[in-house]
Amino acid sequence: MSKQILRDPIGKSVPRERARRFVTGRGRYTDDTAALRGLHAAFVRSPVARGDILEIDCQAARDMDGVVAVLTHAEIAGLYQPWRAGNTLLPEMKAPEQHALPPARVNYVGEPVAMVVATSRALAEDAAEQVFADIDPLDAVADIETALAPDAPLIHEDCGSNLCVILTSGNGDYGTPFKDADLVIEDTVDFGRHTACPLETRSMLAEYDPSSEVLTLRISHQCPHQLQAELAKILGLGQHRLRVISEDVGGAYGLKQQLYQEDVLVCLAAIQTGRPVRFVADRLESFASDNHAREHRVSARIAVTKDGRITGFELDDLFPIGAYPQYPRTSLGEGNHVLRMSAAGYDIADFRSRLRLLFQNKALIGHYRSVGHPVACAITEHMVDRAAAALGLAPETIRLRNFLSDDSYPRKTPTGVHLHYLSQHACLDRLLADMDITALRSEQAELRKQGIYRGIGIASFVELTGTGNGFYGPGGIDVSGQDGCTLKMEPSGHVRCMPSVTDQGQGTDTGIAQIVASVLGVEVADIRVLSGDSEITPHGGGAWASRGISTGGEAAWQAAQTLREQLLMVAGHLHQRDPETLDLSKGHVVDAAGAQISTTAEVAHICYFRHDLLPDDMPTELMVTRHSVPRVQLFQATNGIQAAYVEVDTDTGFTRLLGHWVAHDGGTLINPKLVEEQIRGGVVQGLGAALLEEIRYDEDGQLLTATMADYLVPMASDVPDIQVSHVTSGTAEGVLGAKGVGEAGVAGASGAVLNAVNDALGPLGATVRRLPIAPRTVLAALGGAAPLTAAKTSGSGR
Amino acid sequence: MSEPMQRVALKVNGEHHVVTVPTRKHLADILREDLGFTGVHVGCEHGVCGACTIRIDGAIARGCLILGGQSEGAEIETIEYLSSQPGTRDLVEAFVSENALQCGFCTPGMVISAAALLAETADPTREEVRAYLSGNYCRCTGYQAIVDAVMKTAAGRRAEKGEVA
Repeated sequence: MSKQILRDPIGKSVPRERARRFVTGRGRYTDDTAALRGLHAAFVRSPVARGDILEIDCQAARDMDGVVAVLTHAEIAGLYQPWRAGNTLLPEMKAPEQHALPPARVNYVGEPVAMVVATSRALAEDAAEQVFADIDPLDAVADIETALAPDAPLIHEDCGSNLCVILTSGNGDYGTPFKDADLVIEDTVDFGRHTACPLETRSMLAEYDPSSEVLTLRISHQCPHQLQAELAKILGLGQHRLRVISEDVGGAYGLKQQLYQEDVLVCLAAIQTGRPVRFVADRLESFASDNHAREHRVSARIAVTKDGRITGFELDDLFPIGAYPQYPRTSLGEGNHVLRMSAAGYDIADFRSRLRLLFQNKALIGHYRSVGHPVACAITEHMVDRAAAALGLAPETIRLRNFLSDDSYPRKTPTGVHLHYLSQHACLDRLLADMDITALRSEQAELRKQGIYRGIGIASFVELTGTGNGFYGPGGIDVSGQDGCTLKMEPSGHVRCMPSVTDQGQGTDTGIAQIVASVLGVEVADIRVLSGDSEITPHGGGAWASRGISTGGEAAWQAAQTLREQLLMVAGHLHQRDPETLDLSKGHVVDAAGAQISTTAEVAHICYFRHDLLPDDMPTELMVTRHSVPRVQLFQATNGIQAAYVEVDTDTGFTRLLGHWVAHDGGTLINPKLVEEQIRGGVVQGLGAALLEEIRYDEDGQLLTATMADYLVPMASDVPDIQVSHVTSGTAEGVLGAKGVGEAGVAGASGAVLNAVNDALGPLGATVRRLPIAPRTVLAALGGAAPLTAAKTSGSGR
Repeated sequence: MSEPMQRVALKVNGEHHVVTVPTRKHLADILREDLGFTGVHVGCEHGVCGACTIRIDGAIARGCLILGGQSEGAEIETIEYLSSQPGTRDLVEAFVSENALQCGFCTPGMVISAAALLAETADPTREEVRAYLSGNYCRCTGYQAIVDAVMKTAAGRRAEKGEVA
């Protein structure tokens, strides 16, 4: 059958079915499920960052009313398999064994050391307070300098060092002189530790039926199949006896992508008690034990010629990952993306970089939306701006001179990243027009005369989306790069659609329904999407790397094509027409002229109930599954650019956001409104990282930001309206040509703000080199306040 | 040690309820766990995020900062009821059409806050909407679509009254 052109409702901003449920309070988040005879878990968590467990006395807790079980390492040892987060492609990587509850030593504040299961959460917390955990405190490794010191305490003694792994990349040896340069600029930027902070905390409800040996885990998670496979392995259950359901998820952003100790413990408790066990993290537990992200200290060198050609780029990323690499994906993705995506959009001959992952006595660093990209973007664009300033060039001029040309693809970067097609020049042109840079600059110049300091910052980025199997599979990590979709047409002609990708609000369900509706010629309302259930949907990746539409949508397209061919074959026989001349449109089988021959429902009905009308050998199944995985390239690389306009109050150090613009290449947009809101939401997460959000620890590894009053997130009044424009270019993969859009907003926002603030401070000779750009950071740069020292801010002060 | 309990009579969404709950249990949990109004979401439990926003005796309040005993005799309205009321339905439709939500977890609180704003101010500016909603945390949307939905509702209501939108 010939390839169909993309048609309605692809490209239409149809509303989401889930939206109406959510607005009317009918969402079904994990904790909304009632469970008769259900139990609640609370955890005893380590109050110190590093220490030896001398004794855990649980007797007082066990004696309390309502307490059903108290578990420590002693009670669960042997009932599950501990895990190690490594990658077999990196045999030198240190992957210490991690237990559900530590046998001997705690390694971060908030690490669970005992679990209490009781008839209510409040009673479980009361009992947890009665557990006596005698922990002998040891010196903590809480900052970069301590971790690197030759006499540093070893967090994992069997690892021999606090260095988890060193990676290098590029087309030369790290540290060799640049070949061709008139000017070399060096600088270091510190990125604070932050966290995804979804509004719905991690929550789960496990039920075990001993008669059938089936464990059902409802959990707020992005990748139900991945968790199913991992838990089956860890708990020693058959994968077919483990069902993971993630129906509605109240925000995830990478935080709900991996495995946590509590996931295993709640399942173990459900198996042991034979009763439903629930755990919903409170906000304090979230700050202490959720994955954190992004703490980096990146030193970079950029080499330029007098006429503004960038000839060399080098970076050195120190990336402390907390007490363990996060399981199962490890914490490598973040640093690896910094290594490979920095300067990826520039035509630079001489590029090399180094990454060192360090253990620390802090909560684990895992994945957070746009893994690594915001750091890669901010360090690159900071260095490009510094070079432009040194040469007296406008920020856009140096970019125009050095961006990879829009007609130079496909090509490979010096770090081996395959770029099929980027549109950097087109995006920059669009951005400058949208923001009216000339008017903005004259306003800025006028206001400067009045002592008002405004800044304009531009940040361009290249992003990897819709990633396939290449990194995880060969590395021995069972994370699926493929995604699937099952379609079942009911006898009525209505369609059930079961994609493996999951929807945490991105609107993936609706985008996939639009694709299916387009191919089958039905209304979106005629399709019911069921996602987030490992027992119903085909095995697949779930929500990560902006793959929902780029990979999952492609699978849905293929499945719908196959179902369409099946329907047309039957219709062709019934009406004595060549199926090649028929199409499906508006719920009907139509001929080449568009005349309606019969309803699609009539054909479906015949397939189910009237085999007597069809030849014996004519297949009549109306249930189809197809999978899609990026093959031509490992991912859909794409690009975008952002600009921020800020005003910095030089007396108080406060930065106010006045405007923000995005030009992005998402390829084919299935639902433009959903795409724009994805990008805007991401931008605001990046703005939070730029100005507000920081997880802080003291020099002993004590958590200082444990409530939403300490950890500031952007609220409605903190951010401006955001202008989003689209540029569309081709892709190597698939029919749809859709690229990922979920990461783009975060990727460029903090880099744009960093450059904008430094543009504002330029006339005062000050430079900010630290994110988030808190008022005290600005004042310190201006020389008006003492900077926070490294010891007071977890090693990232400046 | 047995848990001190308390009997609380309250009216929720037009129905009378009497519950016997631990004295320390907060109203948001009572509404969710004892009465099944799971549209009341609990995000931070310390009054910062606004996900548990409900209406008590006509005024908006945070369900996580009120104990069961404090709501004795109160008339409470949650999103399940408010979203079906004629006075709020246009706001609900605007949230859907503007895609003013993504994961939806903040949305019940956001809609109830937005409804209160529109009851106070028929013709708000975008800045006023942002200021009013600045106690409701949304991690997904970037807020802009929410502001769009509120502005669209306000304009629709003014047009309905014959005022120029």
